Amino acid sequence: MAAIDVNGKSYEVDEEGYLVNLAEWDEDVGKVLAEGEKIEMTPNHWEVVNFLRDYYNEFQIAPAVRVLTKAIGKKLGPEKGNSQYLYELFPYGPAKQACKIAGLPKPTGCI
Amino acid sequence: MAATVTAPPLKPYPVIPILEVGAMGKTKTFPANAPMQQALGFPGELVEDWHDKAIFKLGELLGKYRSLKVYLDACVHCGACTDKCHYFLGTGDPKNMPVARQDLLRKVYRRHFTWSGKWFPKLVGAEDLTKEVLDDWYSYFNQCSECRRCSVFCPYGIDTAEITMAAREIMDSIGLGAKYTNEIIGKVHKVGNNLGLPGPALADTLSSIEEDLKEETGLDIRLPVDEKGAEVLLVTPSADFFAEPHVYSLMGYAKVFHAAGISWTLSTHASEAGNFGLFIGNYGQMQKIATRVREGILDLGAKRLVVGECGHAWRVAYNFWNTLIGPFDFLDPNYPVPQHICELTYDLIQRGAISFDKSANDRYVVTFHDSCNVARASRMGGMPGGQFEIPRAIVRAVANKFVEMNPETIREKTFCCGGGGGLLTDDLLDLRVKGALPRMEALQAVVESDGVNFMATICAICKAQFSKVLPYYKFNMSMVGGVHQLVGNAIRLGPK
Repeated sequence: MAAIDVNGKSYEVDEEGYLVNLAEWDEDVGKVLAEGEKIEMTPNHWEVVNFLRDYYNEFQIAPAVRVLTKAIGKKLGPEKGNSQYLYELFPYGPAKQACKIAGLPKPTGCI
Repeated sequence: MAATVTAPPLKPYPVIPILEVGAMGKTKTFPANAPMQQALGFPGELVEDWHDKAIFKLGELLGKYRSLKVYLDACVHCGACTDKCHYFLGTGDPKNMPVARQDLLRKVYRRHFTWSGKWFPKLVGAEDLTKEVLDDWYSYFNQCSECRRCSVFCPYGIDTAEITMAAREIMDSIGLGAKYTNEIIGKVHKVGNNLGLPGPALADTLSSIEEDLKEETGLDIRLPVDEKGAEVLLVTPSADFFAEPHVYSLMGYAKVFHAAGISWTLSTHASEAGNFGLFIGNYGQMQKIATRVREGILDLGAKRLVVGECGHAWRVAYNFWNTLIGPFDFLDPNYPVPQHICELTYDLIQRGAISFDKSANDRYVVTFHDSCNVARASRMGGMPGGQFEIPRAIVRAVANKFVEMNPETIREKTFCCGGGGGLLTDDLLDLRVKGALPRMEALQAVVESDGVNFMATICAICKAQFSKVLPYYKFNMSMVGGVHQLVGNAIRLGPK
C-alpha cells in the first residue's frame, strides 16, 4: 500500500491516492494531498474542503454537487455558487479531487 | 488516475487505425482488494489452483449458458467485427478487435472443451491458460464495454458482451475482480446504491433540490422519498441525486409528475436503478441487487414501477426483472411493468396531459446519443424501434432544433460513449478518452454542419463519461445532458 509523508510521519493512501484512514487527516495532510494534485490551496479552496468534511461527518458521504455549490454560494457569494467555479478551484472535478484533498473516500458510481 | 491521457485527433470521416500491437496491454484497471472481493463471496486474491478453477468455471458456464458455447463455436474469423469496436478504433490495439477479444477465451475453450483442441491444439488455435493469457484476460476483458455494437455486424450474431461477462465471471471466481465494479456492488448491498448514499443524506439532498425548484418555479414541486401509498415508485441511478448534469433530469422527472398530478416516491431501500451485476456477468449478484427493488415497492405499496434515465438498468429491468424478482402481479396492469420514464412522459404527451413551451430550449441545437443498452438490448413502447423513436419524439416535443448524427453512429449502430460496462473509472481514463473517439467524430460533424450544442442521452454512465471526456476533444463539458433536462426546461407548470 502506498503512503505519503507529512512532517516526517507516514500516512497510508490507496492506489488512487485517497487517504485510507479519515481520522488521520489534518490541514497539513490536506496540503500535501493538494500538492499531489498540483493545487495551490487558497482560502476558497479551504472553504470547500471544510464544508466537505463537515458534511461527511454528519452524513457519512460527500455532498451532492448541487448541495455543495449552494453552500459555497452562500459562503463566498452567489457568483461562486456554481459548478464552473468549483471546476476552477478543482480542475479534475470538485467531487473527486476536493474529496481527495479533504481526506474523504472517493465517491463511486456513475459520476 | 492514469498517468498520461491522450486523445487521438478527430478526423472528418472514419478511418481504420494503423495497428499498434500491444498498445493497451499494460492498461489494467485496479483489481478489487480482498475485503471488496469477499463481500461478494469471491476469493480475496488469486487462488493457488487458479488454472484448474478457471477451467472448471468455464465448463460450468458452458453448461449453464448455451449461448456462450454457440458464440465460442460459431466464429469463422470473417473479420466483419474488426473495425466496429470503439476501443479498437480509438486505440489501434488489435486485441481490442472484437474477434481477438473473443479469441482470448475461445483459444482456452478449444484447448479444453473441443476434441481437435485437445489433440491438435496448434492446428486449431487452441492454447493453454497460462499466466500471460490470464494477464491478457484481465487487461482486455476490462477494455470491453459490453456495448454489443460488434454483434450487430456479426453474420452469426456473436455477442462479445456475453463472452466478456463470462470471462469476468471466471476471473471473479478465482479472485481476480475489478475494483470499480466490485466495490460498487458491495456498496449497493450495504447501503443501497452505487454511491453509498445513506438514507438521511438522500433525504437532505432531495429537500435541497425541492428548495431550488421552489426558487426556480415558485411552486412546491416535490421529490418525495419513502412515501407509502404513492402511485409510482421511481427507481433511478443514484448519480441522479449526486452529479451534474444528472440531477437536472431528476428535476425534470419531478416536474413531469407534478404537472401530470401523479403521486410518486423514491425509496431509500431501492435507491439505485443501476445493476453492476450485469457487468460482471454474475446472475446471483444481479438478482441480489434487483431484489431491493422488489422489497422497496412491496414495502411502499406503489402500483407502478418506473425506471429513470439509466442505460444498463433499463436492460436489466426490461429483460431480467420479471425473471429475477417477478412476478409483478400486484402492480397496475394498465401500465407497462416496468415502465421507462421516457415511456411515461411520452404517454402523457400523447394524451395531452402535459404541454411545453419549446422556446425555452431555443438556445440549444440538440442531437441524441443512443445509449447502447437501451438501443441494442431493450425496447420501449411495445413496438419495434420504440427505444429509438420515443426519446426522439420527446426531444422534438420539447425543443425546436433537433439534428441527427451520422446514421452509421446512431440507433442500433450507436457507438458506446466509451465508459460503459463497468469501465467508468479514473484509472481507465486514457482508454475512455480513446474509446469516445467515434462518437466525438460524429458529434464534431454536426457541430460544424448544424451548430449542435447539446447532446441529449438517457444514461447516467453516458452523462458522466461525456462530461469527463468532452473537454479532451475541445468541447464544453456542459454539452451533454439528459432528455428530461430538456423536458424540465420546457414543461408548463402550475394551473392549466
